[in-house]
Amino acid sequence: MKEEEKNKSRRQFLKFGLTAGAASLVGLGGAVIAGKSNPLPAVRQADDEKKPGRKVKVLTSEGKLVEVDESQIRPAEKVEIASIDKAREGLPDKKFVMIIDLAKCKNARKCVDACQEGHHLPRDHEWIKVQLLQDSEYTHPYWFPKPCFHCDQPLCVSVCPVGATFKRNDGIVLVDNERCIGCKFCMTGCPYSARVFHWKESEVEQPDVEYSAETNVPSEEGTVGKCVFCADKLRKGELPRCVTACPMGVIYFGDLIEDAVTNGTETIRFSQLIEERAGYRYLEELGTHPTVYYLPTVNRMFPVESGFEGLEEDIHNRYEKFIHPKLKKK
Amino acid sequence: MEETVSRSKLLEEFRPELEKTSFRWILLFGLCLVIFLIGIYGLIRQITHGHIVTGMRDNVVWGVYIVNFIFFMGLSYAGALVSGALHLFRSSWRKPIIRMAELITVISLVIGPFFIFFCIGRLDRLHFLFTHPRIQSPITWDVIAIMTDLVGCFIYLYLSFIEDFAILRDYSDLKVPKWRKKLYRILALGYRGTPEQEKAIKVSKDIMAAMVIAIAIIVYSVLAWIFGVTLQPGWHSTIFGPYFVIAAVFSGTGLLIILMWIFRKIYHLENYITKKHFVNVGMLLLIVSAFYGYFTFSDYLTKWYGSVKMDSILIDKLFTDFFGLFIYANYVGILIPIIIVGIKKLRTITNITIAAVISVTALWVNRYIIVIPTLETPFLPIQDTRPEWTYYSPTWIEWALTFAGIAVFCMLFMLASKFVPIISVSEMTEEPESEEERILE
Repeated sequence: MKEEEKNKSRRQFLKFGLTAGAASLVGLGGAVIAGKSNPLPAVRQADDEKKPGRKVKVLTSEGKLVEVDESQIRPAEKVEIASIDKAREGLPDKKFVMIIDLAKCKNARKCVDACQEGHHLPRDHEWIKVQLLQDSEYTHPYWFPKPCFHCDQPLCVSVCPVGATFKRNDGIVLVDNERCIGCKFCMTGCPYSARVFHWKESEVEQPDVEYSAETNVPSEEGTVGKCVFCADKLRKGELPRCVTACPMGVIYFGDLIEDAVTNGTETIRFSQLIEERAGYRYLEELGTHPTVYYLPTVNRMFPVESGFEGLEEDIHNRYEKFIHPKLKKK
Repeated sequence: MEETVSRSKLLEEFRPELEKTSFRWILLFGLCLVIFLIGIYGLIRQITHGHIVTGMRDNVVWGVYIVNFIFFMGLSYAGALVSGALHLFRSSWRKPIIRMAELITVISLVIGPFFIFFCIGRLDRLHFLFTHPRIQSPITWDVIAIMTDLVGCFIYLYLSFIEDFAILRDYSDLKVPKWRKKLYRILALGYRGTPEQEKAIKVSKDIMAAMVIAIAIIVYSVLAWIFGVTLQPGWHSTIFGPYFVIAAVFSGTGLLIILMWIFRKIYHLENYITKKHFVNVGMLLLIVSAFYGYFTFSDYLTKWYGSVKMDSILIDKLFTDFFGLFIYANYVGILIPIIIVGIKKLRTITNITIAAVISVTALWVNRYIIVIPTLETPFLPIQDTRPEWTYYSPTWIEWALTFAGIAVFCMLFMLASKFVPIISVSEMTEEPESEEERILE
């Protein structure tokens, strides 16, 4: 728990550092160019010029300009950005796996928010979607969080004509936005609609960092983006953003080789969880071999209706057509 | 009409078209140019504002651009299969129309790939297709196949031009600017009509005709596999390769009839392009549309009869949202050509041309309802409040570029018809092959 808090504060601090860096970059008229070995020289500069009591204007991640006491600004921790070669290779001796417990999901959408914030995505770019599914007329509907499945037989990787999307040793499927030509073949290849396209320049201000395929940040117009299993976090030994953000502990993440998964609060054997809860993979018959497993909605913790609570109108309307009349009556 | 006409008479006939440009020609060319420039403006907007200006969104990631791409690639079949096959079968009636068919091939082959470029998000990285190619991807197969096809068809077209260039070079009465004379001389490659030269051209033409047919089948199959290899409902079909090939011949034949009608009218070729040609090419259209209808039927029947969930959803969509288009593409477009050409009374030049117009437009619509409905019915339902994210509708930019493609096709055809006779002079004046020779070959 403590560790998690520490992580959280560090994350916030990191964000602060990044935005401060971006702001001072603007202030310097863009004279400072981020170098490879020193990704955030601007932040350092701000630190060097520190004078007590002086207020400095910085941009928050929401795009607001705020004043902060200069003494509050400390150099941000050096952001490790994996080179493209490292990003393509993946972490050694790992095989990442995710289990999503449908019995616990109540469409709180914290996973979506954390993902969008962490990857500087505009509101309509959801790398993890929460869908309302109902398999047939008399089966019960359920909430279905859907990230990229990081398939072991990924069709998106097969059909890419330039090798922009690739499968790593550790099982993660990533997109190199500096290679992607934007043909969108991978999007038609993916049967799970996991991929999104940058149809225009991002409305969200992108941090001034070197591009990394492990985060897909900063985003590039005319290329494809998707869930990256938070490969940058994994490199640091942390859990993906959606896992830590979920208040219900719906998403378990772990390593198939170690046979262990965790949702941040409990750690459990992967094989045990799959066995006890009858884990399965979605659309197994397509033969893409996803690395994301689902636990069926046995003994569900929340009624499906609770997923509609507190939704913004446009999000609520999304599900309107898919709500079964039985649910509407309640 | 005699199969052989005197060369000088034929040249005399075409002289005015080669020497002068009429006001009507300039007007039409100007109109095409304006349409083309509007398309360029649209393209610039698309490049500066991003693909958000198109109707494509995350579900329907391919739209009218891809439809146009496969459509134009299909038109190129006119030359490949029609002129290639007619050449190999030595059907003597082919002679007046063979050049048109070959021009259709090369011009539509040049235009087609541009629609892929419009669809690509990062045009500036197009060269990655060559610097970082992955042979696993059907797009790479397509790049290789289309480039091979382009080279092959260019050679085939050029081979049929050499003798005509030589004739035009030697035709001293022709009043054209000096640079054009010089160009004819260079392009004729010193062809003098010696027996060896004649034989060389003949042999190369035979080889290229056979190769062009083979390459064309490969190109269109690869194109079909771009759709077929995915798991998407409606695309994941084993019939797609041959189905696309037949569809391509269907549209190519239709376009050939349309162009025969246009040039017959404008260039007054009534003596050369006769009802016989319309009926013969019309018969080809009839046979091909029967095959095409059969493929379409068996593809949809198996999807409709079974109970696979995604297929049912797709068929439902085709019979609701796309009902009108479905009827036009797969009933009207297939049955009308069969009826018109099949019934002797209806078999007039105008009627056959109408049937051709219907077949070409219906094929475009058929491509549209192959691409769009499938993308609108993904495995996981689209849950979005924005209609443009759920349903595709092309924007003016996509239409502008579509019409720009047609305009470029017209312009290139108009230019070509000013540079060389639209009917191959050398083919027309060639000695008819003896019966014996035909059988032997």
